[in-house]
Amino acid sequence: MKLSYRIGLILALAALAVWMLVPRNVHERQLRNGISRDTIIRRVPIKKGLDLQGGMHVALEVDESKGTVANKSDAIDRALKVVRNRVDQFGVSEPVVQKAGNDRIVVELPGIDDPDRARDLLQKSAYLEFQITDKTDALVRSLPKLDAIAKQLAGVVGTTKPADGVAAGPGVTTSDKALTGLFGGDTAKKSATATKDSAPSDTLALAGQGIFSRSIQRGDMPGEYYVPQSAYDQIAALVARPEIQQALPPRKVFRWSNDSLPIQGTTYRMLYVLDADPMITGEAITDAKPQQDPTEGTVVTFTLSNEGGRVFKRQTSAHIKDYMAIVLDQLVMGRPPVIQGAISTRGQITMGRRDLQAAQDLALVLRAGALPVPLKVAEVRQVGATMGADSIHKGLIAGIIAVALVVIIMLVYYRFSGFLAIVGLALYVLYTLATLSGFDAVLTLPGLAGFVLSIGIAVDANVLIFERIREELDRGKTVRTAIDEGFRHAMPAIIDSNVSTMLTAAVLYQWGSGPVRGFAVTLIAGIAASMFTGIFVVRTLYLLWLQRKQGAVQTVSI
Amino acid sequence: MLRIFHDTRYDFIRWWKTAVVITAVFVIAGLGSLAIKGINYSIDFTGGTLIQLQFKQPPNVADIRAAVEGSGVKNPEVQQFGSDREFTVRAQDLRDVSAQGSGAESVATQIKNALTRQFGDSAFTVKRTEAVGPRVGSELRRGAAIALGISFLVTLVYLAIRFEWRFGVAAVIATAHDVLTTLAFLKLMHLEVSLTVIAAILTVLGYSLNDTIIIFDRVREDLKKKRNEPLYDTLNRAINETLPRSVMTHATTFLATLALLLFAGEVIRPFAWVMVFGIVTGTFSSIYVAGPVLLWIERKWPRHASTASLPSAAADRQRQARETRGRAAPAAASVTPTKR
Repeated sequence: MKLSYRIGLILALAALAVWMLVPRNVHERQLRNGISRDTIIRRVPIKKGLDLQGGMHVALEVDESKGTVANKSDAIDRALKVVRNRVDQFGVSEPVVQKAGNDRIVVELPGIDDPDRARDLLQKSAYLEFQITDKTDALVRSLPKLDAIAKQLAGVVGTTKPADGVAAGPGVTTSDKALTGLFGGDTAKKSATATKDSAPSDTLALAGQGIFSRSIQRGDMPGEYYVPQSAYDQIAALVARPEIQQALPPRKVFRWSNDSLPIQGTTYRMLYVLDADPMITGEAITDAKPQQDPTEGTVVTFTLSNEGGRVFKRQTSAHIKDYMAIVLDQLVMGRPPVIQGAISTRGQITMGRRDLQAAQDLALVLRAGALPVPLKVAEVRQVGATMGADSIHKGLIAGIIAVALVVIIMLVYYRFSGFLAIVGLALYVLYTLATLSGFDAVLTLPGLAGFVLSIGIAVDANVLIFERIREELDRGKTVRTAIDEGFRHAMPAIIDSNVSTMLTAAVLYQWGSGPVRGFAVTLIAGIAASMFTGIFVVRTLYLLWLQRKQGAVQTVSI
Repeated sequence: MLRIFHDTRYDFIRWWKTAVVITAVFVIAGLGSLAIKGINYSIDFTGGTLIQLQFKQPPNVADIRAAVEGSGVKNPEVQQFGSDREFTVRAQDLRDVSAQGSGAESVATQIKNALTRQFGDSAFTVKRTEAVGPRVGSELRRGAAIALGISFLVTLVYLAIRFEWRFGVAAVIATAHDVLTTLAFLKLMHLEVSLTVIAAILTVLGYSLNDTIIIFDRVREDLKKKRNEPLYDTLNRAINETLPRSVMTHATTFLATLALLLFAGEVIRPFAWVMVFGIVTGTFSSIYVAGPVLLWIERKWPRHASTASLPSAAADRQRQARETRGRAAPAAASVTPTKR
């Protein structure tokens, strides 16, 4: 390869690495609280593991201590649905919920410091209800009251500085912070005097002065209301307050939807007012399946127990043409379907134009409510944020000292050649970090330790090569030949030793778990980078040096 | 140029018997203790609960223990962790582990509440909680054993392909030796076998293997030159020729490890200790385990009658070899050429 190509390759890789490592703002579609929104997030090059940033790792498994659970695989899928639902309400920035193996769910909640609360929320059994949407315009009738209470709450909370929109979901106790955020600004100047003339009209907007009147718009069906995404955090914080719930007429409740609706470029969240008494609860359901019906498209069929069927028949015959919300853990799942006729033990929900995926999802919701999966905590690891910051700080100090010591020893022993090796080492650090960033690797504490250690080991390739060059010089070879021969002879040893270490690391990655895997990734990235910098980069630097000396090289500082 | 250990001619292999005795005594002492008391697994593997606490004022350790025991947690282990204000409390006894079944948090909460009663609410903060159920623990233990077994197998196959089976066997036996000595070291240092320590052990294996391969690579190269000399001499020469490299690499690695040991904090310290020991045992085994084993295999299954010999008969054989060299000496063993 021509020298200029070599230099070009190294610089191009270095530029790429730097580009990958610069934090920047990226647009990303994020699914939060059931809606996907475009958010601008600050993308950091390497994500910190929970042990470095603080947070909580929970592994849940099916609790079989009170009887075995049939069909474990479906049980885990049901549980996963429920856990996802709840974690979304948690409001943490990047939660992870995933199936691990066949019978375990792993949940990672960065920044959560209260293990007990998290555990309670995750372990609670799922609760499914069918509830009729409100036909009495209860919300509109209560608007003046709601606005007044909202204003009053704002007064109580005071006028501290606005918070930055704490996401609070339904069913989650909200902090007062969210409320101050709501009223710290210029809102609610006048007393809320929503009037009856703001009521039922064909327009979406409900007139009025208070926060509720301003933000809430009438939806497509009775009891359905649209809240623009911009107002969601504020309204959600309010709706979670008992005072607001009590302002509704008796036996009516607020429930949020897990879904969202884009209308003319604005994303709306659906808020429902439902009859508080459920028609039936999940216990009445025995099974639910998605199906493709030739005439009706995608449907979800469900069956009820005999007793549940009797109740449901009575309920449905009283509510024909009404809308029935399917509520899992106080969250309305999808748009409520309309009841076409009396249903006893067998019914079906027509999904219209929605695809099979949506039907599978709804069937899963019904089964999750029908057969709640008892979960137990198999593992909890929780690290405080200060401890994480402390670990990073100490790790960095150790890293800097390690680098300094290696630099000194290489410079003293190999002098000019040692300097070349250090240039290689600098690129090694750059490339390794970029590779880790490219693999979306998560930096854990053992990973950090492995990286520091690898700085010591990374110079091994150069040590091997330099010792070889020295041997060749001893045999009276010219500088140019000695360098060539040195690299050539050192190569098999470098390759064999690195490949075998890489294989060990791969085994670690495959069979290890959690922090150990993070460690293995660091190791693999480090080995790959050190082979490239130790061999290719340092060789190129030598070639560059030889070229500048124009062939008249008698000695080399090594 | 500055040079250390340049052009040395130490007869390393000559001391193999002494080396075997030293390492055997160490391993037997460590493993004997292991056999009696068992491996000191961390809660990663046994299941259990660990809480790391930071107190505002240095507390009395006995008070912590008494408070935790008073709450019904059996045999809690209270340990100072770094400064005199930081402590870890662990509950590992089987009753607690089985109690995990109904919610692994319960023991942690129990301990926390007991300490709050004893010291007050604001006297300490919980910095870290780990609670592992028994099943997760046993799975991890199996996973670690599998990882180790497979890494041996993979090494064996790779070296068999790149060198020859006898090199693979010698390298794997040297590596297995490192596992044993490291376990003995852990026992003697009263270190716990945690997931992080397993990672450190596997790093040690990789490092030791590296070292063995560097020496074997020299042997492979020297054998190709078809010098008429016993493998004993080839091995010694290879060790001497790679000595400057060994010293340099061990030095840089050791310094990085030392930085970790001294500055990276308490959580990573067991990892650093294992690495410190690993550098020593890895270097030792590359010379005194891999070498003699290779010679032993050579004698047991010789490629040529007089090419290998154990040091016991070494002097004689060497002399013999030198005498016969001038005459119709059998060609020195040649390693099957490998793909380059």
